Amino acid sequence: MLEFRNVSFSYEKERPVISDLSFKIEEGETVGLIGANGAGKSTVMKLFLGLLMPDSGSILVDGKELTKEVLSDVRKALGFVLQDSDDQMFMPTVIDDMMFAPLNYGMSREEAEAKADEVLEKLGLTELKNRYNHRISGGEKRMAAIATILAMEPKVILMDEPTAALDPYNRRMVINTIKELPQTKVITSHDLDMIMDTCSRVILLSKGRVAADGPAEEILKDKDLLEANRMELPLRYYM
Amino acid sequence: MNKLETALRDLSEMDRLNSIDSPVHRMSPLAKFLITIAYIAVTVSFDKYQLSNMLVMILYPAFMFSLSGIPVRTCFYKLRIVLPLVMAVGLFNPFLDRVPVMRIGSFVVTAGMISMVTLMLKGVFSLTASFLLVATTPMDCICAALRKLHVPSMLVTLLLLTYRYAGVLTEEASVMTDAYLLRAPGQKGVHISAWGSFLGQLLLRSMDRADDLYASMKLRGFSGEFAYAKDVKLSASDTVLMVLCIGAFILFRLVNIAGLLGSLFV
Ligand SMILES: Nc1ncnc2c1ncn2[C@@H]1O[C@H](COP(=O)(O)OP(=O)(O)O)[C@@H](O)[C@H]1O
Ligand SMILES: [Mg+2]
Repeated sequence: MLEFRNVSFSYEKERPVISDLSFKIEEGETVGLIGANGAGKSTVMKLFLGLLMPDSGSILVDGKELTKEVLSDVRKALGFVLQDSDDQMFMPTVIDDMMFAPLNYGMSREEAEAKADEVLEKLGLTELKNRYNHRISGGEKRMAAIATILAMEPKVILMDEPTAALDPYNRRMVINTIKELPQTKVITSHDLDMIMDTCSRVILLSKGRVAADGPAEEILKDKDLLEANRMELPLRYYM
Repeated sequence: MNKLETALRDLSEMDRLNSIDSPVHRMSPLAKFLITIAYIAVTVSFDKYQLSNMLVMILYPAFMFSLSGIPVRTCFYKLRIVLPLVMAVGLFNPFLDRVPVMRIGSFVVTAGMISMVTLMLKGVFSLTASFLLVATTPMDCICAALRKLHVPSMLVTLLLLTYRYAGVLTEEASVMTDAYLLRAPGQKGVHISAWGSFLGQLLLRSMDRADDLYASMKLRGFSGEFAYAKDVKLSASDTVLMVLCIGAFILFRLVNIAGLLGSLFV
């Protein structure tokens, strides 16, 4: 479904951020992309979305190689939940934001609103429908941001640090929502407890390379591996 | 939140006013936009001594306020940081142009005073008309109307982003000001020696955020067209109204209505 083949990328010359990175994610998988700050997690997401183009190597989404020509199709299939919901929710109200993508993709207003209603209902957020984006709390905004992405019916959902800056209650809400979603998911975070709860497989990035790739239970229990990569065991493994 | 931020935020948060339902809100955005442009063009074109002729232009905003249900108070409250700037334009006229034109009791009215008031009113009228447009029309619809008029999509997108981004920018500026002041106790504002790096930082941070915001629009299918704005077609009644309004403005400009009314009673 998603694949990196020997991808290298750098923002500035002589300071590679992604170096010869290869991995493959199958349809239906939920993969946690973990790594310390600056490991390159967000960069990997932006490469999948075609917001950045690799210096070398190739990226495949749904069997298609990512090029300028297929970019709009690829983007339609990928839903990206940004790290900062303020950057994502730019329309006045939640419902406007949810209808933004469907309308851009040619749905009628009625269809788009019905679709949005359905998503809100499913996430238990109907109360947020007509609220103003700048008047809802951080937790509500994060949930609303997830809702706007679901309204575009993506095949794959990419989430960048979905639980960052949330209180325990809202964090739990987001985790439960992620667990319910049937799509292929890639989630970046250093909230390893959240990754443990939501992901079956983990890819550990370090300095733009894969440091480990395998079942979540194995990697997240490996104290030495995590510490070598500037991370700590999930809380639940501290006895 | 500091004062500047509240003031700027008030200005950018028109959404609440947009959601009122009134005949003005229901009018076609394209018609409203064209009427507003015509209104401003006509208002600005009055001669600087034609105060009495121009006064009649107040009818349009007065009419729109009463129809739209938007309180005049709200308009002037929201515009409180921009109005003084506009009003300052004619401030020196009374000193430069002291030719007396009439006398009220012992008070001599000079040509400079008249031109000052005319200039100020031109500013206030134009600003009020723009406010009424923005307060009764969602920004996306204004953008869609601009696209209908074949304004390049690049420019329209830029306008939309600026509007969307105004809130985020003031927030960023306020966070930075607070962070600065916490480490500079006793200072009233950002010291002039720090302005360079302060503005530089603000610009960099803003560019990063604007980048993310634009990415988020592109990723959800935005291509420079305003698919999500409600239809901007002109209905027959919109067209009639538009012709009537613009006709009235031109009439006001060419005929001294106030003088005419006055002469009826003499
Ligand atoms: N726009 C940019 N310009 C230059 N360097 C960047 C830019 N964005 C990120 N980087 C650098 O790339 C590296 C990886 O960043 P990022 O992918 O954001 O990491 P993560 O999301 O894992 O914290 C970091 O060293 C960061 O400083
Ligand atoms: Mg990141």
